[in-house]
Amino acid sequence: MEWDWHYTGDILPDLLDGLRVTVTATLLGYVIAVLLGLVWTLLRRTPSAVVNQTVRWVTEFVRSTPLLVQLFFLYYVLPTWGITLGPLTAGVIGLGLHYSTYTAEVYRGGIDDVPRGQWEAAVALNLPRSRTWLDVILPQAIRRVVPTLGNYLIAMFKDSPLLLGINVAELLNTAYTTGTHTLRFLEPITLVGVLFVLVSVVSSVLVRRLERRSHATD
Amino acid sequence: MPPTEKKALPAGQAPGLKFEKVVKRFGANAVLRELDFAVAPGERVTLIGPSGSGKTTILRLLMTLERPDGGLIWIGDDTLWHRERGGKRVPANQKHLHEMRKQVGMVFQQFNLFPNMSVLRNLTEAPVRVLGLSRDEAVERATSLLDLVGLADKADAHPTRLSGGQQQRVAIARALAMQPKVLLLDEVTSALDPELVVGVQDLLRDIARESDLTLLCVTHEMRFARDISDRVLMFDQGQIVEQGPPDQIFNEPTEQRTRDFLQAVLAT
Ligand SMILES: Nc1ncnc2c1ncn2[C@@H]1O[C@H](COP(=O)(O)OP(=O)(O)OP(=O)(O)O)[C@@H](O)[C@H]1O
Ligand SMILES: [Mg+2]
Repeated sequence: MEWDWHYTGDILPDLLDGLRVTVTATLLGYVIAVLLGLVWTLLRRTPSAVVNQTVRWVTEFVRSTPLLVQLFFLYYVLPTWGITLGPLTAGVIGLGLHYSTYTAEVYRGGIDDVPRGQWEAAVALNLPRSRTWLDVILPQAIRRVVPTLGNYLIAMFKDSPLLLGINVAELLNTAYTTGTHTLRFLEPITLVGVLFVLVSVVSSVLVRRLERRSHATD
Repeated sequence: MPPTEKKALPAGQAPGLKFEKVVKRFGANAVLRELDFAVAPGERVTLIGPSGSGKTTILRLLMTLERPDGGLIWIGDDTLWHRERGGKRVPANQKHLHEMRKQVGMVFQQFNLFPNMSVLRNLTEAPVRVLGLSRDEAVERATSLLDLVGLADKADAHPTRLSGGQQQRVAIARALAMQPKVLLLDEVTSALDPELVVGVQDLLRDIARESDLTLLCVTHEMRFARDISDRVLMFDQGQIVEQGPPDQIFNEPTEQRTRDFLQAVLAT
């Protein structure tokens, strides 16, 4: 089969629309993942055994089941209980929830890496717990984990085609639909790969730069 | 020390300290076994003794960084780890510990400055958040303390950009900014390059002389111990082996263990 440049030009606008949906879903999901992960980590540290064990098992469960199954659950199963989510909403929540269990681990590592002396200095200065977290521990922990969190953004982006499973009009879905109409898959699917590589490379460069900056200010 | 700088120091009656049959264990390792000792208000006491004898543990118990397994620790007329309720002594809650800690400050071997804050913010953070000082009051207090420790020009610097000696001066100023009545110093010069040690020690000696602080100091530097303290306690295995004025302990120790220890320290 010959590569058809004319056809490529015709389908590109549609694919770019799909890419826009993919990027939107990834970014929104990422915001959820980054915030919710921090919530999990902090809840894991509460003195209440009920709370921290519950959180532990919930996050363990979410992390050990496939994202696609979770997406199906959110999109196809929840409506049977009267909770109906649009495909994009379900996709964003699914991505965010799934990845929050990974970012939680990242935060945990970052917090554990803050030297014990920092906690002790906070006690010696009589800072309340909440202040110690907000002003001393979290700023240091988060600075340490920014590069790792950045890598999860890229990982999430690469997982986003799974949203095709719940009818989100993201990039792969658009390419697939185009292909089924024209019965030509070479161009659309190849373009999907190229677009993913382009966005990944650009984001990697940005993440590296972020990484270097967080090292420089150490 | 000029009078304006002296004003930066905590003043007012300092409380005494008392350990009453204090027990501290780490697992099977009984570090303190019914330790008794007292420090008079405003007294400056140095703890010396071999590694592992429990000196740091004593300071950490006073700073509430470790919890005792038995006995009572008094700061003034109050027990640190217990409070009165209905005529009975019950374990302290967070509120009680918070109140008691207001009297105590500590300087660590590793400085433990907050690297995510400027030098100034290191000094104003707790006075604003804990003592409720206004931002301006806290900055004023911090500035005069930075003056006192000779780092007035470093207020906006990042702590990690400072030398070890400068970092420790900031840590000393940070502790003093809370106006503690009891100051705990745990080998505060042993992480410093040799040429920076004397400067920090002289600063602490001046602070000890000019303030009314009750001072508890752990050090391996015998000249510093002599300079700073009214009394030296020689520890071994969580027990006081011998105590007395620095001149007596360093010149005419009566116990063999003290003599051995001093010899070992002087040899290094
Ligand atoms: N967190 C801890 N967990 C277990 N054991 C500990 C802990 N802290 C101290 N110890 C033990 O308690 C004993 C006393 O330690 P401590 O740090 O008080 O000694 P020290 O007199 O300050 O010694 P050094 O001169 O080496 O600083 C040691 O045997 C030490 O191993
Ligand atoms: Mg020690």
